[in-house]
Amino acid sequence: MTTLASKRHWASFAIGLVWFFFILWPLMGIKPEGLEFGPALEVWSYVAAAALVLFVLWGLKRQGSLDFIGVPAARLAQSLAAPVRVLPRWALILAVAACALAFPFLNERYAIDVAINVMVYICLGLGLNIVVGLAGLLDLGYIAFYGVGAYTYALLSVHFGLSFWLCLPIAAAFAAVAGCIIGYPTLRMRGDYLAIVTLGFGEIVRIVLNNWMSLTNGPNGILGVKAPSVWWMDAGHWTLVSLRNLSGLYFVILFLAVVTIIAVHRLNYSRIGRAWEAIREDETAAQLMGVNTFALKLLAYAMGAVFGGLAGCFFAARMRFVSPESFTFMESAMVLAMVVLGGMGSIPGVILGALALIALPEVFRGFELYRMLVFGGVMAAMMILKPKGLWPAKRVGGRSEERGHA
Amino acid sequence: MEYFVQQLINGITLGGVYALVALGYTMVYGIIQLINFAHGEFFAAGGYMGVIMLTWLSAQGVPPTLCLALSLILTMGYCALLATAVEKVAYKPLRNSSRLSVLLSALGMSIFLQNGLMLTQGVYDKAYPTEMTQGGLHFGMVTLSYMQIIIVVVTAVLLVGLNALVFRTRIGKAMRATAQDKTMSALVGINSGRIITITFAIGAGLAAAAGIMVGLYYGSVRYDMGFVPGIKAFAAAVLGGIGNITGAMLGGFIIGMVEIMAAGYLSSEYKDVFAFIILIAVLYFMPTGIMGENVDDTRV
Repeated sequence: MTTLASKRHWASFAIGLVWFFFILWPLMGIKPEGLEFGPALEVWSYVAAAALVLFVLWGLKRQGSLDFIGVPAARLAQSLAAPVRVLPRWALILAVAACALAFPFLNERYAIDVAINVMVYICLGLGLNIVVGLAGLLDLGYIAFYGVGAYTYALLSVHFGLSFWLCLPIAAAFAAVAGCIIGYPTLRMRGDYLAIVTLGFGEIVRIVLNNWMSLTNGPNGILGVKAPSVWWMDAGHWTLVSLRNLSGLYFVILFLAVVTIIAVHRLNYSRIGRAWEAIREDETAAQLMGVNTFALKLLAYAMGAVFGGLAGCFFAARMRFVSPESFTFMESAMVLAMVVLGGMGSIPGVILGALALIALPEVFRGFELYRMLVFGGVMAAMMILKPKGLWPAKRVGGRSEERGHA
Repeated sequence: MEYFVQQLINGITLGGVYALVALGYTMVYGIIQLINFAHGEFFAAGGYMGVIMLTWLSAQGVPPTLCLALSLILTMGYCALLATAVEKVAYKPLRNSSRLSVLLSALGMSIFLQNGLMLTQGVYDKAYPTEMTQGGLHFGMVTLSYMQIIIVVVTAVLLVGLNALVFRTRIGKAMRATAQDKTMSALVGINSGRIITITFAIGAGLAAAAGIMVGLYYGSVRYDMGFVPGIKAFAAAVLGGIGNITGAMLGGFIIGMVEIMAAGYLSSEYKDVFAFIILIAVLYFMPTGIMGENVDDTRV
């Protein structure tokens, strides 16, 4: 076998590992009692072993030694995908819908709980996808709209006893107004200033929720939010049934997620969606073509906020409790990571991203502690290795500046 | 009146810390137009490394003054090393991609480093040894603690040193040239990649100094302590005019002063909000800051 990768690659790999040790060791090894090398070396050796495996695999792939697996696997995947592609689209949709409807009857509580979580994040991810993926505006305070939706329903339900279904549109409207309030002063800014200002707004919302004792009960949160209820045929007459059980909630969020997916899909392929994408690709050119960039960017904010608000409304109804704890910056980062991982602007990508980031950690429950660490690492790695995401959007161009450098 | 003077002293102390952190943001932004989200994490790492070094050195029997100075230098060196590694791994491969990609990569690195600190150092607050910096000078009702004197002196020394580095040395000249026009400075033989790495390292070193002093001042550090001061320091950098080193120093002192005064006279619960409001107001009404920004706009 020839060399795996060039000598230069091996050298930089080794230097990287040495460097990593020098960064890791002072944090773990310097104790008042004296210098310890054991724990740091242990962690380092795990990381080094994992990195070595990945590096060797990468080298093998580069020189084509893995083709004996890769090529047949790709052929197999293609031959499996062929009949799926022949099937009409409605058949696929029907199959997915059947699976989704049957899911709560075939699984235990825990799985349903995870599925509900995934769907809440699908709603959030798709909402943020409008802002980040379609319109290309980096929003780091998105979770504020989720919070606005959740608190709207919680307050209306506790103080006025309004029903969940009535509160859904109200929460969406409140979130949209919040989106406009945040969007209006910020949208004239440069792209990366927008990121930090939205982050600031997100924090302001959280701090206000935390300190406005008379309205939000501060860090203690609001208890006793009602679960959604529906009219149900029971023993011959209609009664109002409260959906406290998980499968009831599952269907509510399934309904919301489907509405969100359809709405975002329709928006994506409408004039508005195309205008958003034009703004994302080149704002000046879009304006030149007669796109009202300011109004459309504001609309993107408001629409994104609407879906965040809907998800928040459901969240409050499901937990029957809200507190500012749930709306931290880490949540915003998590939703953003979904959009980025799946592929900005791609609906199936965002769904895949939500599945990957919510369902996968449940499988690796033992590694709970390392979740956010992996998360940050994956986010940076994705940007370097696969910036368009796992399931890239079909319509995505390169920015003129990127093409210039490529 | 005494209360006001006391708040003024506290404000200058806090402002010095923000100024040190803001410098890192402004230098990196000036040179590659990146909001370095991981910058707050260098501040936190500095805080942790400071407590590790201080306890270790004092256990070795090093006299307190030397112990403080040595741990400051070692901590700054460590964070500079850390920043160099982060830059190599997460930012350098993205030098020619869209700005959104680099921003997201920086955000990822910030989450990564924060959790790395949490995993190696624990979730709980870590206490600083405070006995070597206790006490202070009293003027009637006003107290000027030794720690505040140390912070102001160290900040002043670092700020003067940085000014000398940027405006008097060859490296500083190369940094300014790279910030003005990367292509052109590369053409005249400046290794822009190395200059960018050095800029990151210097910024992180300053943040680390701020971290160790905040740890000594408040008596403890936490793994997520970099987040909020990070945003406030960025607000300071924007207030001063991003890319403008003098502006960042001034902005840091203004933000620190506003925060302390607002906490003292208006509402201490909402003290964090004021920095954000200043940030938004400055960006809306005066986007180039008070000293004017100094950014290569060719890619904007």
